[in-house]
Amino acid sequence: MADPIHQFVIQDLVPLHIGGVDLSFTNSALWMVIAAGLSSVVLTMAMSRASIVPNRLQVVAESAYSFVANMVRDNAGTEGMRFFPLIFTLFIVVLMGNALGMIPYSFTYTSHLAVTGALALFIFIFVTIVGFIRHGLHFLSLFSPEGVPLVLKFFVIPLEIISYLTRPVTLSVRLFANMMAGHLLLKVFAGFCVSLMSVSIALSLLPMAFNAVMIAFEFLIAGLQAYVFTVLTCVYLKDAIELH
Amino acid sequence: MEIESAKLIAAALALLPMAGVGIGLGNMFSAYNNAIGRNPGAVDLLNKKFMLMFAFTEALGIFALLVSLMILFK
Repeated sequence: MADPIHQFVIQDLVPLHIGGVDLSFTNSALWMVIAAGLSSVVLTMAMSRASIVPNRLQVVAESAYSFVANMVRDNAGTEGMRFFPLIFTLFIVVLMGNALGMIPYSFTYTSHLAVTGALALFIFIFVTIVGFIRHGLHFLSLFSPEGVPLVLKFFVIPLEIISYLTRPVTLSVRLFANMMAGHLLLKVFAGFCVSLMSVSIALSLLPMAFNAVMIAFEFLIAGLQAYVFTVLTCVYLKDAIELH
Repeated sequence: MEIESAKLIAAALALLPMAGVGIGLGNMFSAYNNAIGRNPGAVDLLNKKFMLMFAFTEALGIFALLVSLMILFK
């Protein structure tokens, strides 16, 4: 029996080494391509024959759009709507990664710290650049809350800087840990099912029933984590745009 | 102590933070139900905030589970 970690192993599909750099096309990359292709095709198909009375596919695309648009407007303000394309793309990337990972024998690319870490670092650097472009050096006042006595500022400012710098870490680890632990849990319980089978078939139905519930829960988590990831991006953007 | 048994004990100990997460989630659910009971009209707003907070709290439990599973399988 393969051990539960095996599902996260990255395999080279097309080995490719250029100048000592490993540029192989891996199963992770394959599922990213599938996610990008699937979402582009579905969204384009949905809106290609758009009508005032929407058909079923159009409702899917439009509700996804208005869901993210409302999220950005609520959390980042109307100024934040300028970054709507970026936020929508982020949401779709994370959602497709989480949801496609639920297909048996597929690969969850969001379960790797390398992927979520790159996404979170990109958001962190992007938000910082937006802040500096909009406010110049005044952006640094983000670290010094108003109305704090001078003595306390010596403690508050380092804390604010640390909490700002840990943003990419918490953002990426939250997503990666949720996806990895959830998928591990599913496979561990599937393993229980197999090992109980040798004792009695009826007993092995118990972990299977639990697994069925967990799969439904995992779908909830897949959507929820994509939502949390994008909401936090919006909150960070709001900080950079409005400075508190 | 043998390394294998130490590993199992560590994996079990790593799950202790679950107690705190349980308390936190219980607090949240009770506050949520309380709020809905008092003001059923605010349910849409509450749902949105609740889902976010639920994900934050639940993530801590997941971190503990992840550490435990990593000790077991690595």
